[in-house]
Amino acid sequence: MNFDLTDEQRAIQATVAEFARERVAPRAEEMDRNEAFPYDLVAEMADLGLMGLPFPEEYGGAGADTVSYALAIMELARVDASTAITMAAHVSLGASPFYLFGSEEQKRRYLVPLAQGRMLWGFGLTEPGAGSDAGNTQTKAELRDGKWIVNGTKAFITNSGTELTGGTTITAATGTRSDGKPEITNLIVPQDTVGFTRSKKYRKMGWRASDTRELAFADAEIPAENVLGRRGDGLRNFLTILDGGRISVAALSVGLAMGAYDEALKYARERRAFGKPIGKFQAIQFKLVDMLVEIEHAKLMTLKAAWEKDGGRDYAQTASLAKLYAAEVSRRVVNEAVQIHGGYGFMDEYPVSRMYRDQKVNEIGEGTNEMQRLLIARMIGL
Amino acid sequence: MKIVVTVKLVPDANTEKRIDPATKRLVRAGVETVLNPFDEYAIEAALQLKERLAAAPGSAEPATVTVFSMAPESAREVLRKALAMGADDAVLLCDAGLQGSDVWATAYAVAAALKKVGFDLVVTGGLADDGNTGGVPGALAEYLGVPGLTNARAIEVADGKLKVQRETDTGYQVVTGPMPALVSVTMAIGEPRYASLKGIMGAKKKTITTISLAELGLDRAVGSDGAKTEVRELAAPPVRGKGRVVEASDGAQGAQVIFDYLKEKKLV
Ligand SMILES: Cc1cc2nc3c(=O)[nH]c(=O)nc-3n(C[C@H](O)[C@H](O)[C@H](O)COP(=O)(O)OP(=O)(O)OC[C@H]3O[C@@H](n4cnc5c(N)ncnc54)[C@H](O)[C@@H]3O)c2cc1C
Ligand SMILES: Cc1cc2nc3c(=O)[nH]c(=O)nc-3n(C[C@H](O)[C@H](O)[C@H](O)COP(=O)(O)OP(=O)(O)OC[C@H]3O[C@@H](n4cnc5c(N)ncnc54)[C@H](O)[C@@H]3O)c2cc1C
Repeated sequence: MNFDLTDEQRAIQATVAEFARERVAPRAEEMDRNEAFPYDLVAEMADLGLMGLPFPEEYGGAGADTVSYALAIMELARVDASTAITMAAHVSLGASPFYLFGSEEQKRRYLVPLAQGRMLWGFGLTEPGAGSDAGNTQTKAELRDGKWIVNGTKAFITNSGTELTGGTTITAATGTRSDGKPEITNLIVPQDTVGFTRSKKYRKMGWRASDTRELAFADAEIPAENVLGRRGDGLRNFLTILDGGRISVAALSVGLAMGAYDEALKYARERRAFGKPIGKFQAIQFKLVDMLVEIEHAKLMTLKAAWEKDGGRDYAQTASLAKLYAAEVSRRVVNEAVQIHGGYGFMDEYPVSRMYRDQKVNEIGEGTNEMQRLLIARMIGL
Repeated sequence: MKIVVTVKLVPDANTEKRIDPATKRLVRAGVETVLNPFDEYAIEAALQLKERLAAAPGSAEPATVTVFSMAPESAREVLRKALAMGADDAVLLCDAGLQGSDVWATAYAVAAALKKVGFDLVVTGGLADDGNTGGVPGALAEYLGVPGLTNARAIEVADGKLKVQRETDTGYQVVTGPMPALVSVTMAIGEPRYASLKGIMGAKKKTITTISLAELGLDRAVGSDGAKTEVRELAAPPVRGKGRVVEASDGAQGAQVIFDYLKEKKLV
């Protein structure tokens, strides 16, 4: 048993923390207010190597491990959840499918520019009528004259419509299996595909500086070779991707909670009532201690899942536990952080009010709390 | 072209520090050691120079950047940060006999080591965040027997000659000189880059060579034995009194009170 980070993990954490503090934090409020996707920050993140952090150098990545990746997401989310999800979705949802299931040629063509951060990519699983029930994919693709003809709609797709986006990988029903269930396949849909359109950005309660859109396919034509992984493996492959994605959202939740705790601790020292700093009141002290206990717990669980993944172990259960717990911890922590701020916490210019709004989706994205519980119940044999 | 950047490792300015009254030295336990912030500018200057030389048409052999520090063995991890920023390798002059070196002893020992390492250009920071004398660069140039071009805000190398913009209170001077040479830089040289994550991952593979005092064969004592200065007394700065808070019914009245006060002190 050893809780020490390696030199590299520590250096990556320190560098990302510095970057987050100096470059991201000062802009977070404005980006949130204007729903502005930060192209210049993404370019800086690309130069730093964040956009391809866990991929091997030969594919344009930084060659770091999942623990480093989780630490990086935590540090970004600590100051701005939008920037953190832009990176997390890009790495774990956009680029990972190419790394895990792509042919060598697809890796060269897509993974390299994605890992270098020159291009962003979407992951299109959710549909207006198929969220938790992701297997109920209504989007259909038919092979006609050497081309896939795609029809359907995808909902809530992150990074799908920025100026840097090169396309989205989707799940589509490509036929019927021998057992009568739909055959689901992953298809690579480039942005310039005729018949493929993106809606305007959704107007969101949180993660407002991240790019989320609805996608529409109307007889969209893509080349026959644009299949990622094996035909028929689409749902299984995407569920594997979501296992890794849970580490992302767990780390994002932990980071957000750390940020809210930082703000609350600082405020408790400064704000005075009844002639003393409010941090001298036991009621406030206990809140901060309880926040810290839960954050520490969620962080350990998240890093354990990352460590299991790095060791090539089966990490799905720990990742689900961490995602579920960290998402709920982030809710309790941001709630108390606002409470400690009193009326000021309800005001836009205090970061905790943004964190409060940014938090909610942690309990929804990449598997709702309810679905995590169902999933874990199944894992423990119920 | 071989560029050597001298870096000092200093206690993190953001942590509370204590002086041991017996040794009159800083208590290092519990204080994190970091790269002297001013030396990050020196590294940046060297890396920029290397990149510019590489991009120049018809450049001969590629420039290399070596970071050098006289520091305890524990400095290795901090030197990795310089390597992660992009330096090619590092040299650590490390010996118990160097403890207690003052500006003279530091410059004398570092000069001997740099002669051994070899260089075309030495780049230093302007000031160490702890010792704060700014005395090392000048003394180092003297002992190296090379021109010392201090306070540079820009460095250029062309046709084997050096051209720097030397910052002054009112502007800058353009100074040229032959190489080998030493240049100390100011913060105007450009914001130090972040270590890239690829750089961090690659830093482990770069070499950090250690040199001991014996290898230098110095003819004079360094460390506290050779120090020409001695710290006689150390005191914490006096605690500042509480500032005066002006309470006023409106801005204009407040401004008047402050103005009267400044006038009374003959400050306006
Ligand atoms: C900002 C944002 C970004 C997103 N980015 C992406 C993306 O990049 N790619 C992508 O594919 N998707 C993305 N999503 C979609 C997200 O994964 C889904 O919203 C999520 O999986 C929930 O699906 P749903 O919204 O359809 O909710 P529903 O599935 O309709 O769920 C509604 C409620 O019913 C509950 N529920 C459903 N089934 C059960 C059950 N069997 N037992 C108990 N409770 C149940 C749910 O927990 C929830 O509380 C994003 C969503 C958001 C908000
Ligand atoms: C409280 C206190 C008081 C002191 N007072 C004195 C004193 O009065 N007189 C005195 O001579 N010494 C004094 N010293 C010792 C002194 O701080 C240094 O250790 C040494 O003299 C280097 O000088 P500096 O730190 O001022 O460096 P500076 O001259 O300010 O450093 C300028 C540049 O020189 C280079 N450099 C400096 N040190 C090194 C190194 N070790 N390795 C590589 N490059 C380096 C760096 O590039 C740096 O940016 C004192 C130390 C302490 C703790």
